[in-house]
Amino acid sequence: MALPKVCGIETEYGIVVRGAENNPVTASSLLINSYVAATNRDRGRIGWDFEDEQPANDARGFSLDDSMAPEVETTLVNAVLTNGARFYVDHAHPEISTPEVTNAREALVWDRAADEIVKAAMIAAKRVLGDDAEIIIHKNNSDGKGNSYGCHENYLLARELPFGRLAREITPHFVTRQIFTGAGKVGCEMPGRPHDDIAYQISQRADFFEEEIGLETTLKRPIVNTRDEPHADPQKYRRLHVIVGDANMSEVATYLKVGTTSIVLSMIEDDALGDDWALGNPVTAIRQVSHDPSLRQTIMLGDGTRATALEVQWGLFERARKYEQSHGLDCVDEAVGADIMDRWERVLTGLETDPESVGHWVDWVAKRRLVTGFAERHDLAPGSVKLKAIDLQYHDMRPERCLASRAGLDTIIDQSEAIDAMTRPPETTRAYFRGRCLDKYPDDIVAANWDSLVFDIGRDPLRRVPMMEPLRGTAEHVATLIDDSETARDLLDRLGE
Amino acid sequence: MAERQQKSKQSPTRDDDTVAEAAPAVTETGEKLKAELDDLLDEIDEVLETNAEDFVKSYVQKGGQ
Repeated sequence: MALPKVCGIETEYGIVVRGAENNPVTASSLLINSYVAATNRDRGRIGWDFEDEQPANDARGFSLDDSMAPEVETTLVNAVLTNGARFYVDHAHPEISTPEVTNAREALVWDRAADEIVKAAMIAAKRVLGDDAEIIIHKNNSDGKGNSYGCHENYLLARELPFGRLAREITPHFVTRQIFTGAGKVGCEMPGRPHDDIAYQISQRADFFEEEIGLETTLKRPIVNTRDEPHADPQKYRRLHVIVGDANMSEVATYLKVGTTSIVLSMIEDDALGDDWALGNPVTAIRQVSHDPSLRQTIMLGDGTRATALEVQWGLFERARKYEQSHGLDCVDEAVGADIMDRWERVLTGLETDPESVGHWVDWVAKRRLVTGFAERHDLAPGSVKLKAIDLQYHDMRPERCLASRAGLDTIIDQSEAIDAMTRPPETTRAYFRGRCLDKYPDDIVAANWDSLVFDIGRDPLRRVPMMEPLRGTAEHVATLIDDSETARDLLDRLGE
Repeated sequence: MAERQQKSKQSPTRDDDTVAEAAPAVTETGEKLKAELDDLLDEIDEVLETNAEDFVKSYVQKGGQ
């Protein structure tokens, strides 16, 4: 049987500074440090534990008392939050990795929490920078000039699943799911093609994929990434690192992106999908699909026949229906799985009938309505800079500037749930143990990462508590233990550490 | 690129009633959204950056992952 689909989302955000030096690394550090300082005023900063580094070296604190600019610390900042997430500088972008969760709804809650954290961080940074400067964050995947940054998903899979089969069978979903997960883009960023060759396309990311399979994430990006770093027991697990997706502003799109992918992966684990929808040339196909908002163009299948992205999606959906009947959807949470199936069917039906009809769910449709409506009203030619401004501002994380929040998108969760999840960890994975410990014993933890916590309780040496099982350390396992342990020392004694 | 003849895959067996039922709900929402779009377009000029074009031109990111 398929493993429970533990999963998470990591988002690299676009960042610009106005009114001060526009150095993205410095600005990302300032953004994160400002947030951590504002939320942790009385606490030491807990560093991220890199396996091969001295954890203590990362535990340098930051406080608002430090004089800020121009001497901002630019060593790559890493913070672990009480909701179990990681907030850090990656390359030249601020990035948030959600805590590990067990289903698409939870993934959505902590993805939304990440957005709220970013908004709060912008406000905290503005207080540090003063009135004349600000840091502006966008939740998008490209700058329109050929530079891309990712929104990655991660899924826990059984190690025994052969990677070759996994890569082959998941590819059709990765190439075609963009018809409901794409965030939309004005123009084209394919190397060697003029920017205005394509007025509007479905995906932010498709132009940047050059390989079917590979290890790269920054150059020659592959549709299936082979990074093998499970952050869990490597004998039992692998982590599929998915780099092919767009960052979504639409809650329903995020929910469907993670939900449908979790179901398709479970089918692959149970060998219930097969090769029927294998593609002849996935790299060509991912661009063909993105460049065709009419959804009518066909892509080549492995057997030489052709099908539209919608037909491939219907094929996968039908398989999933059969799988639901034969195996059940326990591994993705039965209720969430049933809801995903229902919405998957409705979004495909809507796209088939009239894509405009799913503008309240699908980002690329919602954004296109703004772009075409604005172009008609102001008599603008395709490719006009004003239209690119609308594209960009759709993803603007400043509430007073964000166009996505004004585009009539449906929501699934309450704002209060997202706010709550900024500081509260999910209860269903080891992220619960991480988050609760960081909240309750901040002075005794010197480092944290996905699969361990390092405590300093005054007895040498430091104590590393391994967490190699993503589904251990849940509220059910350790809530009482943590409630009953006044101090970290109590906790470690009870754990037998 | 010349479109090659399409050999359609076996069409998925779907219940037409389901499709018919699902469509009106989405269409109704579509109508509502049309009215909302007009309101939003009224608002968009205020929400758009005053120097939107400069902002777009100067929006350059370092490539990430």
